[in-house]
Amino acid sequence: MTDTTPAPSAAQTGDVGGLPVSYRRRELRRAFQSMVASRWALVGMLILVVVCIVAIFGPAMAPFDPNRQNIITRLLEPGSPGRGDAVYWLGSDHLGRDVLSRLLYGARVSLLVGVAAIAVGGTIGTIAGLVSGYFGGWIDDVIMRIGDIQLAFPFILLAIMFLVVLGPGLMNMILVLGIGQWITYARIVRAQTLSLREKEYVEAARAMGDRTISILFRTILPNIMAPLTVIASFNVASVILSEAALSFLGLGVPPDVPTWGSMLSESRDHLLSNKWWLAVFPGLAIVFTVLAFNIIGDWLRDFLDPRLKENG
Amino acid sequence: MWTFLVRRLLQSIIVLIGVTLISFVSLQIGGDPTYLFVSENASLEEIERTRAALGFDRPLHIQYLSYVWNALQGDFGDSLSYRQPAMGVVMEAMPATIELTIFSLFLAIALSIPLGIYAALKRGKPADGGIMTLAMLGQSIPNFWMGIMMIMFFGLYLRWFPISGHVPFLEPLFDGDFATAFRNLPQSMYYMIMPAIAVGTYTLARNARLVRSSMLEVLQQDYVRTARSKGISERRVILHHAMRNAWLPVVTMIGLEFGFLLGGVVVVETVFSYPGIGRLVFNAINQRDIPVVQASVILIAVIFILLNLIVDLIYARLDPRVKL
Repeated sequence: MTDTTPAPSAAQTGDVGGLPVSYRRRELRRAFQSMVASRWALVGMLILVVVCIVAIFGPAMAPFDPNRQNIITRLLEPGSPGRGDAVYWLGSDHLGRDVLSRLLYGARVSLLVGVAAIAVGGTIGTIAGLVSGYFGGWIDDVIMRIGDIQLAFPFILLAIMFLVVLGPGLMNMILVLGIGQWITYARIVRAQTLSLREKEYVEAARAMGDRTISILFRTILPNIMAPLTVIASFNVASVILSEAALSFLGLGVPPDVPTWGSMLSESRDHLLSNKWWLAVFPGLAIVFTVLAFNIIGDWLRDFLDPRLKENG
Repeated sequence: MWTFLVRRLLQSIIVLIGVTLISFVSLQIGGDPTYLFVSENASLEEIERTRAALGFDRPLHIQYLSYVWNALQGDFGDSLSYRQPAMGVVMEAMPATIELTIFSLFLAIALSIPLGIYAALKRGKPADGGIMTLAMLGQSIPNFWMGIMMIMFFGLYLRWFPISGHVPFLEPLFDGDFATAFRNLPQSMYYMIMPAIAVGTYTLARNARLVRSSMLEVLQQDYVRTARSKGISERRVILHHAMRNAWLPVVTMIGLEFGFLLGGVVVVETVFSYPGIGRLVFNAINQRDIPVVQASVILIAVIFILLNLIVDLIYARLDPRVKL
């Protein structure tokens, strides 16, 4: 039986970085060309770059302190002048805080929670999936049944149940959202590992006396990075949505940290008085960020694994 | 079939035990759970009394067994804010939530199948691009923001739909008052339309994409080619041959979708002040009413597990190839 040639792993190439430089350069060029060819992917990437810049440099770009309250500047419409040259470009909220400054700070929380939760969930899920798929038997049974139990809860409810007890906080949020995602990765990694463990190059690694841990992480793992990357991209989108929903419910980070979800939660009290800017701008920020991750996920899926392409 | 049934039932029981374990752990994870049941200003005596009354001074395994025993009887303790059994409070709010979930599931499926099929038939054309772009957008909009936007535009600006409230349908139906139930139905749907769209948009978008890709796959199958080569009209080929198989992936997902939608309903209900479990949980979170949160989450998980079991059993009955 012949196998499709796997991407050379670190074990095979002996290259410190995992892959030879020329191979990586060629792949990067191919990725860039594919992204330019798919205009949507380029748009998604541009949005993502903007969000990342905002997340990193937001505090320097913000015209006001996001928590500075001022009773005189309450509920100003977008474009209203403040003291001196300052302008409330996106208006101010019920405590007189600048909406734009809070949005800029909020990008940091959304992105941080999204990426950190994926790191937590992805790491746990990948290790669980590798172990489950490689060893099989009762270990596999136990890990997968734990996953089934977790999937029996609609995720947002599980998060609510834990966060109510643990209390709001950035770290709690990241942990709960991350642990909520592990089974997604575990299932995919397990399925891939099940088929890869029978491949000849894994057999060869075993025959050469490689340790199990090396087979798992240096021979099998590099060959399942493609589907993992795709899932991670979609997952960041769904984690950002969940973070917004939990913040909206009052279970997010403490009130002095501005988040898009908590801004939306506060906007509800001013809907009847038509203070539209309080709800529109944070919502748009979430939509564009999530959209960007979804578009990139779609593109990555087509680029990394054309077999998964949505018949488009 | 019987082996499948027994094995599937056993699996559900294991999962149910797991559910009780997770909810028990969630209580203990923050340290001594007694503090969740007393006010911040409680005296040491009061804390001790509560700890003894709720049994938190016993060994963990005994606490767990008694937790399971109570849970089996639907006893999650008294609600801290309503001062009556938490499960009773939750059960009162349940019918409204089920109504909204079923309605949004119905909307999502009823719209996603024709949209997905139409996009597949117009593959590569502007209609396909338009539907798929909307679907991508639909998967990126937070449901609660969608609700807020609809309240602002359709509720407050155009004044087409009510921005809050609920007219019960299931409640009179469960009470056997069919006349009232069906008299209420049009009004009930009118009040539910905005929250249902907000809850169902994500599922609608995801399923439209699923149906499209499944339809494209089906259209390439031999039996569709055979049907076409027999000279059957294109309309008949699509309606009678291709479509039946194209929506199968959506139908198989109904059980899972229901659970997913229930999660969404919890958030959206708070936006529309809809008197279901979501609003109850939201208030319970703010008042740290742990028994109500626990009873709600476990009840939803149990409904979710049972529903998936039923869907699987029906599926096994319909398709004899299904074996576990």
